[in-house]
Amino acid sequence: MKGTNLGEFQELVLLTIGTLYPEAYGVGIKDEIREKTGRKVTLSTVHAALNRLEKKGLVQSSFGEATKIRGGKRKKYFTITAYGIKALEETREQREQLWNAIPKQVFQINWSL
Amino acid sequence: MKNNSVHPPKWANRFLEWYCKPELFEDLQGDLYEYFERNIETKGRRRARLNYTLDVIKFFKPYTVKKLEILGQLTQFIMFKNYFKTSIRSIGRNKLFSAINVLGLAISMSVCLLMITMFSEVKNYDRFHADYDRIHRVTNAQKYLENEPNLFASTSVLAGRRLKAEVPGIEAATIITRSFRADAKVGDNTFPFNAPWVDNDFFKVFSFNLLRGDANEALAEPYSVVLTDETAEKFFPDQDPMDQTILMNDQNYRVTGVVEKPPFNSHFKFSALISYTTYEQEERKREENDWWLNWHNMWSNYAYFKLDENTSIDQVQARLTSIADDETSPQDQTKIILGTQPLTNIMSGPDMSNQIGESIGNQALWILGVLAFVVILSAAFNYTNLSIARSLRRAKEVGVRKVVGATKKQVFTQFTIEACIISVCSLIIAYLLFFVLKPLFLNLSPEMQRSLKLEHEPIMLVYFLLFAIGVGISAGFIPSLFLSKLRAIQVLKDASSTRLFSKINLRKVLIVVQFTLSLAFIISASIANRQFKYALNFDLGFDTENVLNVSLAGNDPYLTKAIFEQIPEITDISLSSHVLSTGSRYANRAKSEDGLDSATVYLSQIDHKYIPLMGHQLLAGTNFVKKDKVEKEETVIVNETILNKFKLGTPEEAIGKVLKFGPESSLIVQGVVKNFHYATLDSEIECFAFRHQPQNAEILNLKIMSDNILNTRQKIEAAWLEFDDVHEFRGSFYDERIEAAYSEFEVMFTIVGFLAFITITISALGLLGMGVYTAETRLKEISIRKVLGASEGSLITLLSRGFMWLLLIASLIAIPSTYYLFDSVLLSDQAHRADIGALELLLGVIVIFVIGFMTIGSQTWKAAKSNPAQTLRTE
Repeated sequence: MKGTNLGEFQELVLLTIGTLYPEAYGVGIKDEIREKTGRKVTLSTVHAALNRLEKKGLVQSSFGEATKIRGGKRKKYFTITAYGIKALEETREQREQLWNAIPKQVFQINWSL
Repeated sequence: MKNNSVHPPKWANRFLEWYCKPELFEDLQGDLYEYFERNIETKGRRRARLNYTLDVIKFFKPYTVKKLEILGQLTQFIMFKNYFKTSIRSIGRNKLFSAINVLGLAISMSVCLLMITMFSEVKNYDRFHADYDRIHRVTNAQKYLENEPNLFASTSVLAGRRLKAEVPGIEAATIITRSFRADAKVGDNTFPFNAPWVDNDFFKVFSFNLLRGDANEALAEPYSVVLTDETAEKFFPDQDPMDQTILMNDQNYRVTGVVEKPPFNSHFKFSALISYTTYEQEERKREENDWWLNWHNMWSNYAYFKLDENTSIDQVQARLTSIADDETSPQDQTKIILGTQPLTNIMSGPDMSNQIGESIGNQALWILGVLAFVVILSAAFNYTNLSIARSLRRAKEVGVRKVVGATKKQVFTQFTIEACIISVCSLIIAYLLFFVLKPLFLNLSPEMQRSLKLEHEPIMLVYFLLFAIGVGISAGFIPSLFLSKLRAIQVLKDASSTRLFSKINLRKVLIVVQFTLSLAFIISASIANRQFKYALNFDLGFDTENVLNVSLAGNDPYLTKAIFEQIPEITDISLSSHVLSTGSRYANRAKSEDGLDSATVYLSQIDHKYIPLMGHQLLAGTNFVKKDKVEKEETVIVNETILNKFKLGTPEEAIGKVLKFGPESSLIVQGVVKNFHYATLDSEIECFAFRHQPQNAEILNLKIMSDNILNTRQKIEAAWLEFDDVHEFRGSFYDERIEAAYSEFEVMFTIVGFLAFITITISALGLLGMGVYTAETRLKEISIRKVLGASEGSLITLLSRGFMWLLLIASLIAIPSTYYLFDSVLLSDQAHRADIGALELLLGVIVIFVIGFMTIGSQTWKAAKSNPAQTLRTE
């Protein structure tokens, strides 16, 4: 149970990897998060999260072709594993359940008060 | 678009590379680089570089940092078992080479262990005193005109007193004067007694353990004596020694304290202490003049002081220098300069005269250290040499290891471990040899026995082990480096094509160095031996044969003489104050009759029988007339040199002329003896005079005629013991005394000879190894040559020639350098010395060549005799 529980930032990274498929790599993920959420994240936080996700088995990585940019270093592309998808779905389900459990009155804000 | 000329900071990259796990490194650096390039455009170079650096630092997180050390060590550790196993197997496979290495290293290591123990023992001297690092002593340098100053461990009482009174920043200072000798009468018993006078601050400077008595008061009163526990037990068995009286020289001394016997590692040893006030009182009584307080009376007094915690020795030194300046008058030809020496430096410091106890001195320590180093170097060379020679065989192993994935570092570690295993094995043998060598070394000279025990604490074993590992690492360094550099492809494709023998010149150099050292040792040993023999057989100018010199030990000369006259084997007895030619000398200043010429005249005080007994040749005049008691000294017998010095003309002319010794004795020259050597051979013959003062005799010279010398000697000893049961019999034959006086040559000969033996053995072992190796590797070549008709003799020449060249080169280096060393440095201060003959030099070379040829020859002969059919068939 513990393994599948995603942290908020990890979930964000995982989703971003999904959106960027098949070209999700360190800097790209960082840029995407920045663009979509406006969060200022550093490269090292993204890397740390990727490392953690990979260790949990939620993502897998493979090296791309070497290019002239990046000082000749290959990019490391990340893709979500089936287990990762399952984790995302579980998280989403949990959220949905919680959403659904909120009584209607909560949303009916009495603006006149 | 890309600005390629801008790069991230190099050191940041290097840092990243250093800490980052290799599997993360590429991606990480790539991302950083991409970001960096983007930053150049948006934020400029400087910010980009700064950001890059910051990012690199931010990435330094647990998950990125490689588990380098632990992981690496773990592999090494896991591999260690493998290294160990392969090393043992390889050692076992090459029994001969391993035996040569282990044996050579073990022999030389045992010498080194001896040295290590000695150095640590010397270093620990005097460290039992509290605050030993603050205790110093005053030393004197005596400088005559512009000559090199002579160093003395002693100083004047005056210097000690002024130090106590005037120099600030000193916690305590004490003056010691040696040495009081007397017969101590305790009840009915008499004991020989000797002790230094020390002042009341003695126990404030030193922390000798005072068992009884008050440290502040024990040495205050005149005629107080503090005994060591050992002496107290001897003097007063089963009694309380405190407040007992001891009668010495008709004076009662009171025992005011008992001190624990000084430990072995104290440079200053004593069996009792006498209060300094005693000395002062006696001196005041004895002499009207204050010679004992004279600035120049610096022969038997010592001053030690303990610094305050916040005073530096330089401050004290400055004050001492100004005291010395103050005491030196401008017309003095001999100046005395005061210096200081730390307590811990006394045993190992510069060589000084008048040491209060034993001192080994840094010169001897240096020489021994260097010699030991040379010996271990020679053995390490063997290892290096043989390992490189054999690397052809190990090359394939290295190739396979490398293919399987061993790194250079791992191969290096493997061979280093192998070397260490060999050296640790050697250490075990060396440690056993150490116990064999120890007594031999200590017995070399009595000084050695007095100052060294060569015992070691268990912690020393750790040092020994570290030493062995150090030796292993350094001996194995070059072969390990060489083997670890081999390229797998090359070695495996065709081992013989590899330039394995690029190290051949290094090996030759090592062999030459080894044999140069061995040769130098042999030559040195034979020169030292020759010098020793030369000194013993030197014609001193008088007859020392069958003369037994007996020390009177304070007994009346005439009474003692009467005892010995009853022994029939003793044909004649004379009296003298000194045993000449054995090192000790005594001199007066003499003046000519008009007082214009003066010179130092060495002398001996004798009776009328001495000159004929010793066979001195009188050139002119007569011997002293027979008188048992000389009330007033009237005449003197001088040597030839004195005639020249005082311009007394020919021996015949000199008779009847007058020389003044001191203020009161004007002596008429009664006889002139032929020049003879009264001193050791390192000095020239100077002015000498025999004075007719038999009452001052301290030695009986017994001329013995006997078929059984040993038996007679026992008889004499028995007669002595009957006559004097207090003092032990101290008599020795003149020749023995002379031999003892030159024992330094003998010690040197023994040490150098022993080391020569060791280095030759080691070098020969190494040569043997090389010979075996050459013969083995060239076996095929030899066989083919033989098939084609080469004779055995020509094959031996072929194989041995190279080595013989090396030996020849070694001889060409060793002979001139050793000759120079002895001729100009070591023996240059000897006035009379044996010539370094061609024989000694040649002898060494011959020994080396014979040994070299025998080792190499035996192997090449074996190879040359081998049956070519058998060697070539297996091809």
